[in-house]
Amino acid sequence: MEHEKIDLTINTETVRQILTGFIRSEISRAGFSRAVVNLSGGLDSTLSCYLAAEAMGAENVLALRLPYKSSAPDSLEHAQMVIEALGVQALTIPITDMADALIQRTPEMSRVRQGNIMARLRMIVLYDQTEVFQGLAVGTGNKTEILLGYTTLYGDSASAINPLGDLYKTQARQLARAIGIPTAILDKPPTADLWIGQTDEGELGYTYAEVDQLLYLLVDQRYKPEDCVLAGFAESFVRAVWERVRRNHFKRLMPPIAKLSNRTVGYDFLYLRDWGT
Amino acid sequence: MKFTIALAQINTRLGDVPANLEKHIELIRQAGSSEAELIVFPELSLTGYCLQDLASSVAHRPSKDDPFFAPLLEASQKIDLLVGFVDEDRRHRFFIASAYLSGGQVVHVHHKVYLPTYGLFDEGRFFAWGDAIHAFDTRFGRAGILICEDFWHASPPYLLWLDGADLFLFTSASPGRGLTEQPALESARWVEDINRAYASLFTSFVVHTNRVGYEDGLNFWGGSTIYDPNGDLLAKAPYHEETLLTAEIDLNQLHRTRARLPLLRDERTALVMREMQRIVGDRQPGQATRRQAK
Repeated sequence: MEHEKIDLTINTETVRQILTGFIRSEISRAGFSRAVVNLSGGLDSTLSCYLAAEAMGAENVLALRLPYKSSAPDSLEHAQMVIEALGVQALTIPITDMADALIQRTPEMSRVRQGNIMARLRMIVLYDQTEVFQGLAVGTGNKTEILLGYTTLYGDSASAINPLGDLYKTQARQLARAIGIPTAILDKPPTADLWIGQTDEGELGYTYAEVDQLLYLLVDQRYKPEDCVLAGFAESFVRAVWERVRRNHFKRLMPPIAKLSNRTVGYDFLYLRDWGT
Repeated sequence: MKFTIALAQINTRLGDVPANLEKHIELIRQAGSSEAELIVFPELSLTGYCLQDLASSVAHRPSKDDPFFAPLLEASQKIDLLVGFVDEDRRHRFFIASAYLSGGQVVHVHHKVYLPTYGLFDEGRFFAWGDAIHAFDTRFGRAGILICEDFWHASPPYLLWLDGADLFLFTSASPGRGLTEQPALESARWVEDINRAYASLFTSFVVHTNRVGYEDGLNFWGGSTIYDPNGDLLAKAPYHEETLLTAEIDLNQLHRTRARLPLLRDERTALVMREMQRIVGDRQPGQATRRQAK
């Protein structure tokens, strides 16, 4: 049985207004007026960059191109297209030497280790540049990858604020199209670009179009896994996805602190980040 | 009688009462210069919304002796005010509250009765539940105040209606949520639907002031509205923008609507009491209801 198509259409104008307002509010109330974004040449970071430029003004946004020697050549080109289209400030800082200094200590280091090292090095450069540029790091993680844990902890998931984290990949794509990002970026297969030939959907084993519909039922609509099967999703797919969500929950939380006192950070010391602003 | 009402659809600073008070004074001045006689501020307008552990440190008693209420009471000599704050009672319970100030007096205080404590909401963790739903008299007739979740339940507006309220003053700090292809978020559409329904069902004026701005990732959607006793929209503020919305309320509309549609006249309160008694009051512990016994 095929499932009915779940409609994930968003109102892109409303979302654009809310997200640019969010970026402006969260950056300025922290005492800053600028933003820094790691621009990989992919859809999500491009979208974050467009939103940040619209919110803060192009001159107040710094886009970082941080290639490794094996990064796809068109990643750099596509990032450059975005930089030119928006007129944002930009820096290119290759991470090859930094990464290789660590990678070469282990002969034939696994791809996963190498990929995580690169992702975390990019985080280091991002945060260092926020200090230089005096801006806040704007994140690029979408709801699909956050739920599936398709991120590197303290790597690409590190940011001060995340405007895209409540949009499924399918929805981020709609917003990106409406906002006018270059078609070359819209059309290419999503990739973390950590090794040659890597694609998100190849690694996950399913398409974003398919998993977003399932996640929408499981998460937004609070369907039980059994209800998703009744709705026509394959049982093995449902179980695999829901288990992946559960197994990766640790990436979404602060590490647990062992409670001993009557008032513990993370349990009963409760204030928003926007405390006092 | 006609009067001009102002809805102060504002952003606030979280936990910064002095800054928020300054903003109130400024908006009051603006409303006054557009001839408004009543200005309605959103839920927790003096404190911000996601207070959490700040709740106990931003409380103020609505009295002349309080340094924050003193200037507001002074301002209320010229224009009636409805302001949102955290009230601390004598036993040190904290309430989400709104105070109606007029002529230098605190005319009425409402403590939020329904505290959403589910999903993204956690009000019941930090605040006490109010235990009264009372209408009160103003120079514009008898009015009732409800705060956000209070009017997500049908019972408080119904009680205010029976207690004589013809002017409903609803205040919110409502977070925007529910994304579809519609321009308005689902939370906005839901609230607009019920406000129109209350105005229609109770043949009364329903005024709703919601705030704007952000607190962490929560956005507040604004969209403040006024519905008349026919259920028609009199005025609406934009979504997500700070606005001082002013409109004229013609209280004579109550006469015209209720002459045509006497729902209030025909409401059978004794029947309601009898059936409530049967449903809630008469059940003995351990005794099956008639339906179950079959």
